[in-house]
Amino acid sequence: MAERLIEISHLTKIYRLGDVTVHALRGVSVNIERGSFVAIMGPSGSGKSTVMNILGCLDKPTTGTYLLDGVNVGTMDRNHLAEIRNQKIGFVFQQFNLLARTSAVENVELPLLYSPGEVKDRRARAMRALAWVGLEGREMHHPNQLSGGQQQRVAIARSLINDPQIILADEPTGALDSRTSIEIMALFQKLNRDSGMSIIVVTHEPDIAQYSNRIIRFKDGHLVSDEAVEHPRDAQTELEALPAEVPEEEAVVA
Amino acid sequence: MNKLIPAMKIAFRALRTNKMRSALTMLGIIIGVGAVIAMVAVGSGATERIQQQIASIGSNVIMVQPGSITSSGIRLGSGNAVSLTIDDAKAIARDCPSVQAVAPSSRGGAQVVFGNNNWATFIQGTTSDYLTIRDISIQSGAAFTQQDVDADAKVALLGQTVVDNLFNGADPIGQVIRIKKVPMTVVGTLVPKGQSPTGQDQDDIIIVPITTGQKKIFGVNQARANSVGSLMVQARGPAYIQSAQDEMNLVLRQRHHIQQNQDNDFTVRNLEELFRAQETSSHVMSILLAAIASVSLIVGGIGIMNIKLVSVTERTREIGLRQAVGAKTKDILTQFLVEAVTLSILGGIVGIILGVIASKLISIFAQWSTLVSPAAIMLAFVFSALVGVFFGFYPARKAALLDPIDALRYE
Repeated sequence: MAERLIEISHLTKIYRLGDVTVHALRGVSVNIERGSFVAIMGPSGSGKSTVMNILGCLDKPTTGTYLLDGVNVGTMDRNHLAEIRNQKIGFVFQQFNLLARTSAVENVELPLLYSPGEVKDRRARAMRALAWVGLEGREMHHPNQLSGGQQQRVAIARSLINDPQIILADEPTGALDSRTSIEIMALFQKLNRDSGMSIIVVTHEPDIAQYSNRIIRFKDGHLVSDEAVEHPRDAQTELEALPAEVPEEEAVVA
Repeated sequence: MNKLIPAMKIAFRALRTNKMRSALTMLGIIIGVGAVIAMVAVGSGATERIQQQIASIGSNVIMVQPGSITSSGIRLGSGNAVSLTIDDAKAIARDCPSVQAVAPSSRGGAQVVFGNNNWATFIQGTTSDYLTIRDISIQSGAAFTQQDVDADAKVALLGQTVVDNLFNGADPIGQVIRIKKVPMTVVGTLVPKGQSPTGQDQDDIIIVPITTGQKKIFGVNQARANSVGSLMVQARGPAYIQSAQDEMNLVLRQRHHIQQNQDNDFTVRNLEELFRAQETSSHVMSILLAAIASVSLIVGGIGIMNIKLVSVTERTREIGLRQAVGAKTKDILTQFLVEAVTLSILGGIVGIILGVIASKLISIFAQWSTLVSPAAIMLAFVFSALVGVFFGFYPARKAALLDPIDALRYE
């Protein structure tokens, strides 16, 4: 449990928008162990998105170091970072970001297209991932034939396909109703508990943050609090307690 | 290389999702390639026709014509003088070592009658050497001989057009036709030669011994009894053409008593040279046509670039997502480049098909000979692919260099 997956120290990020200089991060240091389930919170402009982008190797810090899995990724070039994202990071977005007019299974296969070497059992792996998120039988559906919750499950299957070190979820329940949100959080908790997958969720909803084991809060580019959650909510038991509802098919989110 | 197949699949999917747009984009390339194929076909058809016509003149042929004359201060055009004679022809054959053969020749129009049919045609009075020089073959029967020429024999060789118009499919050999009321026996027919470089029907002709022509048909007066319309001269080979011309100039000036400072009363023309010039101009014409057609190909390429730029903007989020899940610069570049090249190659193939059809239609309806060469098709294909690469590169590069964060956030 003590093995460090992420080690960032004295991270700063400065943007220049025309004449204005924006200090998005003003020296952030934090460590995240393998197998943790962390929630990152904070108001907009607090720097949480910038941290997510840097953690996701989509952006580079201005100063400071970022060690992912013991490797300093803060100084790598574009293509090297793309390789790291492909191999070590799974992304889940608020707007799902599935390719339109493309079947669920092909969406899940997408990261494998960019993996080094030839991946032979691409289709089989994608089918397994879809089955794991509970979408057996809907592999050939296109995103516009799936509900919001189902689309997010496809996105989670896609994030898992390359067996990453960590899953970064940016407001994963932001476009979903509350019951579907709990279902998605149940999926993350199962992933974290059963497979020991490290998960970082960015959210502005305190309810959602309560499903994690640790909450980190940002404000004005500083880390302002970092505390363990004493009694994390359990999404699965909550779901069972909820009155049986009409299946979610009807709730199609555009 | 193993990434190319998925890239092509992605490209086909992207093109399929926007069928109408893809078709319209391809249209530019289709028209461009089609125009290039059709124009090159027209150009090379014309060039080939001229080459055939040059071959039909005969090889290494030089023509000597009488020069202009001045009558009462009025200068008449070339060919009006009656300066060339059969004796000139004999002298050239005897005294010019570079000359292989000489055929004096006189020409005139006449009405020809056989049975109930009559036909107006050209009568060519000449010697049997003419057939060798002009590379005319006998189709049936036999050519007349030097004896026939010496004896003013009433014999004739008929071109195919004349045979068709007089005999209605009957065998002309041995039949007697009347040329200006003079009965002549048909001894042979000629293998068709088609059109001359100047567009005349070379088969609408009757060849008779020059002596017979002069005495019985053309009706020249006694003063001109020995004169001929022109001399057809064949040099010993391509290398002898110039020396043959020089030798003929010398012999004829001497025979015609032309002083140092006087102009020739004859002109020597190298026919092949004349038509080679025509060939060159037709070649220039076809290059010009192809160049104009290529402009539309370039315009088509710009169309592809335009649509691809729009497509990159529309698919910014898709590009961002692909980058997020690990697409490298070259992956995105390849994807968009393959899409552009697929468009241009598909357009190229359709364009080639339409171009071939168009050139067939041109040859059917406009009666122009067209020639679609495999080389032109290959060139058009390669060129359309290059247009795709060239005009697809800028949008593809733009896509590949997008910042993943901005792209993901793009609305």
